[in-house]
Amino acid sequence: MSNNEQTLRFCSSAIMMRIKTPKNGRVRRELEKRAPKLVETGKKTLILQGTKTSGTLNGVLSEIYHLKKGGAVRFTRKNDNIRPFESGGEASLEFFSLKTDCSLFVYGSHSKKRPNNLVIGRMYDHHVYDLVEVGVENFKSIESFNYDKKMAPRVGSKPFIAFVGEGFENVDELKHLKEVLLDLLRGEVVENINLAGVDRAYVCTAISLNKVYLTHCALRLKKSGTVVPRMELVEVGPSMDLVVRRHRLPNEGLRKEAMRTAKDQPKKKIKNVSSDAIEGTIGKIYIPDQKVGDVALPNKAKGVKRERREAKKKEANERASKKQREESE
Amino acid sequence: MAMETESQKAFHVDVGNLLAFNPFHSFPSLPASRDELVKECLHEGTKLVQAVADSLFNLPSSEDVDGPLVKLPPPTTKLPREKHLPKPKPPTKWEEFAKKKGIQKRKKDKVVWDEQTGTWKRRFGYDRVNDDKDIPIIEAKMTDEPGVDPFAKRQDEKKKRVEKQEKNRLQNLKQAAKIGALPSHVQLAATALPITGTQAPPKKVTKDELGNVAGMAATSTASGGKFDRKLPGEKPAKKQGKHRKFLPVVEGSGIGSREKEQTESVLNKLISKHSHEILNVGKAVTMYNVKKEKKARNKRNQEGKFSSATNKLKPKKLLQKKTGKKGPVSSKKGKAK
Repeated sequence: MSNNEQTLRFCSSAIMMRIKTPKNGRVRRELEKRAPKLVETGKKTLILQGTKTSGTLNGVLSEIYHLKKGGAVRFTRKNDNIRPFESGGEASLEFFSLKTDCSLFVYGSHSKKRPNNLVIGRMYDHHVYDLVEVGVENFKSIESFNYDKKMAPRVGSKPFIAFVGEGFENVDELKHLKEVLLDLLRGEVVENINLAGVDRAYVCTAISLNKVYLTHCALRLKKSGTVVPRMELVEVGPSMDLVVRRHRLPNEGLRKEAMRTAKDQPKKKIKNVSSDAIEGTIGKIYIPDQKVGDVALPNKAKGVKRERREAKKKEANERASKKQREESE
Repeated sequence: MAMETESQKAFHVDVGNLLAFNPFHSFPSLPASRDELVKECLHEGTKLVQAVADSLFNLPSSEDVDGPLVKLPPPTTKLPREKHLPKPKPPTKWEEFAKKKGIQKRKKDKVVWDEQTGTWKRRFGYDRVNDDKDIPIIEAKMTDEPGVDPFAKRQDEKKKRVEKQEKNRLQNLKQAAKIGALPSHVQLAATALPITGTQAPPKKVTKDELGNVAGMAATSTASGGKFDRKLPGEKPAKKQGKHRKFLPVVEGSGIGSREKEQTESVLNKLISKHSHEILNVGKAVTMYNVKKEKKARNKRNQEGKFSSATNKLKPKKLLQKKTGKKGPVSSKKGKAK
């Protein structure tokens, strides 16, 4: 029997099946992380490239990877057999998505017909959900910006996202692109956020009917009279023009299924807290037995000193009284 | 650069995502230079970010070590999920039966009183209640067959119960897998179908056996497996090189005659094995006696003559040449001398 799994074989009449459970705690925790959850937090991104890439495209892909360092996987080899918009060309992508547990992917390729091409796509249950194909123009990398290095945004901080332009409302493709960009740039969904740690913002402006200007800025919080500080944006990160080429919306049925949310979970019962109509919320505190006698005295010397002093005094008194008695006798 | 001024300042702000959207801005004419475009975009972006920050910083905050911590409201923009909603586990066959019959779950104690040993023992596991090995005597009943071992019978029954339980567990998991509600840490894998008609599971080869077989296969090559491409992590064969050394066929002295010796010894062994059937015991006995007498005579002569010495100096006869019916008897004689 193999060593890494507890396998139980059973010969049944039809197909012989066996139950595989992980014998390792680490493997079990990994599998639990990948299992579908009621409330989903972050999506991981897979960044890969096709048969041919250009210099700018390489820069774009590596910068996107840097921006999403915590939740992104970068493949550096070329993949010939990935054609996202064709029906058979998605098998490889789905396989990678399954193995790396990534539900967003960014696929870069370069050809004469579509120079500096980026396909941003999403997966549902490790099958392609929707795709947007954009071309990258006027790319400026992080190195080309001069700024005060002290206010560079830290890796993994939650960004502000700003969309500007009526194109995002009216044009179908830009609406789709807005949704996909939001998913890509969002990062983890968190409940609590530390106000001192907000330091980056993405600004996407719709310049024309099919062009979007995307840039990454650092935030500077300036003092203002009120609690709310005054925001100042300083361009730090990559900036590029995205020209929407093609896009594929999801099927209606698939979309409905993916948009389904779970009903709110019944609130988890907090232990040792009960509520009463008259008294309100009551909490129970359990205190372990205090062994007062066994507690170590803090300043033993002082107590001992006093005891010694008193003992000495008593002795002196006794001796004095003895002497007196002797003298009297 | 002409630009529309927004009369309504209604941005769509989603604090849960730190998102702000301005649907009213447009560029009636693209700015001439790139810098101006960038400046314009940043300006608009700043306004939006300020709007988000207005709502964000006004949320009730709690003091933390690093800074003020705020609890974000849930995001309002709906985005598609990445995986399907987890389905609840279907009830197992026992659970259905219990529901139908109205059987309630009872809370079980950790330790149980063991009648056999008279102590408190675990319910299951290492030192458990009602263990088979704690039973010293099993009383015979009228219904027992004579040749049956009751202890072995108990063990067999336990094995059967365990197998049945595993079968049921597999069925429950298959049912759950059918509706897509398999627990995350369990995987069902199909094992290979047996090729033959028997249901015996294929014998699993151990690591050592595999290594031996690989080494054996390597020696079938001309160079004894020395130049074979090895997999990463494969250790060199234990006995490298060729296992057989073929001697030259040409007759002669030295190595050449060794081939002859080898074949002779092989033939001896072969024939001697079956020679007990064709051995003429009587003749062997007389031969033995004759030789003994000759030896005794030589000894007697030695005291008188010196021819025995010369006899001794003579080279010993090659006894190996005597094949045939003598067999083991002759070889014994040679050794005795």
